This record gives sequence, structure tokens and C-alpha cells, in this order.
Amino acid sequence: MIDAKDRQIIEALQGGLPLVPAPFAHVAETLGLAESALLSRLAELKARGVIRRIAAAPNHYKLGMTSNGMTVWDVDDDQINELGTHIGALPFVTHCYERPRALPDWPYNLFAMVHGTDRAEVEEKRDQINAILGVTCRARDILYSTRILKKTGLRLKTKEQVKG
Amino acid sequence: MTLDRTDRAILNRMQDDLPLVSNLYGAIAQELGISESELLSRLTRLREDRVITRFGPFFDAAAMGGAFCLCAMAVPSEDFETVLTKVNAHPEVAHNYERTHRLNMWFVLATETANGIGDTAEAIQRETGIEVLQFPKLQEFFIGFRVAA
Repeated sequence: MIDAKDRQIIEALQGGLPLVPAPFAHVAETLGLAESALLSRLAELKARGVIRRIAAAPNHYKLGMTSNGMTVWDVDDDQINELGTHIGALPFVTHCYERPRALPDWPYNLFAMVHGTDRAEVEEKRDQINAILGVTCRARDILYSTRILKKTGLRLKTKEQVKG
Repeated sequence: MTLDRTDRAILNRMQDDLPLVSNLYGAIAQELGISESELLSRLTRLREDRVITRFGPFFDAAAMGGAFCLCAMAVPSEDFETVLTKVNAHPEVAHNYERTHRLNMWFVLATETANGIGDTAEAIQRETGIEVLQFPKLQEFFIGFRVAA
């Protein structure tokens, strides 16, 4: 859970950290806080897992990774821990999750995101995953992203939106 | 734009967790062997050119008492833009991708409360008349997210 001060801090930072020298001092000033107070709050939020990390998110497309494939697999529930750990550790898999099936149309319970410079590269990686899963995998598919429709990250509602 | 070696070194370093220190950019610049002002001007350019889409803290809605959920909809192509406008109008929609499948719209809901996921999915369903399938993560097998530049 977060308190009102944490919330103010998150609101001030959800758009990103300013690209100026001493960025935390700059943000602290807008919040009426001392820089040291802001830094210790942020350290605490990080320790609690509210902040996962402070980093840059690259645009895959601009880095030449123009093919983005969500590979999906139907594997035995009994074996998903072992298989998921194995697939998630592959260097080319950027995200790997177990998710519920939506039967009958969606039999897949293992999702692994794979990026490549083209679809042939993604499919070559998909084949490597397929070889690891072997006969325990009953069905598979690959969904390419064809357009980014929105990418803003988490946005806390402003008070007005909460009222509305 | 073309990325030179320094840009690539910056992109690789900036994807790793950065320290909570006052002189953040100065510390990173020193590691990379460039001046702070050069780092800042390159980062500004990388962001303006959208090579970096976001820079700063990544928050976990679940740790704040909220939730994330991947959702998917099968949107008829002729209605796609209309449905998209309605879906994206919700501030809870954090990312949204068009994908090659009958389920062609895949988005992530990030909400401040656990109930927010169901409420938002229901609202989208009501507004669009299209079923919103929910695929919450049951287990995460890898949390790193890094691309070699």
C-alpha cells in the first residue's frame, strides 16, 4: 500500500525522470521535499517492490528488432514450472509467463515473448523453444505485433478522473 | 537516425537498474567514460527520436495494492479504429498492441485496486459489445527485459 506522499512522488515520476543534472533534486523541489527525503522514500519504495527498477525502456523497432512475436504454448500444468523456468532462461526470451487458458478457443497456458530483426529470426527461435518443449506441448501459435496502439505505462488517475 | 558506439553503450547501460544517487547522470557518465553533459545531450536526442520510449522508475501496480492484467479482444476489422478509440480512452490501458490472430487487440490494464481490472474490463465490454478475455499472470518465469543495442 502507498500513502499520500508516496502517491505524490509516483505522480511526479510516472512520466519519467527529467534529463537534467541532479534529477532527484529537481523533482524534490517541485514536491516541496528535501532531495535526501525523496531519495530515502524512493529507496523504501524500491525495497517494497513498488518500484521494480529505474531504467530506460528502448523502442525495439528503432533498434532494428522489428519483429515481435508472442509465442504461446499448451503444456501440461504438471510440468509448467520446470518448462517455464527453462524457457524463461533462454537469452532471446524477454518475458515468460504462465497464464490461464480461455477454453475452447484459447488452449495456451505458457507465453514467451521473442524479438528478432525479421520473422524468420523469430521463427528460428520459436523452433528452439518447440524442441525444448517436445511432446509435452500439445498446441502452439505465434502472434506477431503489427502495430503499437498505445504505450504509456502505469498512470495513476488524477483526482478529477477518480470523481468522474 | 544511426546509433554510434557511444549511443549503444548508453542504451545497454541505461536498461540495467540505475542507482538512487543525487548525481545519477554524472555517475553513469563516469562509468561510460564520457562527460555528464554529453550523456544528457545524447539521452535527450535518443528520447526525442523515440529510441528510448521511457526513462525513469518502473512501478509495480500489484505492490501498490493494485493489479496488472493482459487482456485480449477479437475486433472485426471494419470496427477496429472505433473500438480502439474506446479502449485507449481508458487511462487504465497501459499498452495496447495489434496482433496477427482472431484475437487481434492485446492490451495491459494497470489499476490501483485489484477490483479495477474487472471493472475496467466490464466497462470496455459494455462500451464495445465485444468480450474482453482476461489473462492475468499466474507465474512469471523471467523478469529481466533487455535488448542489446
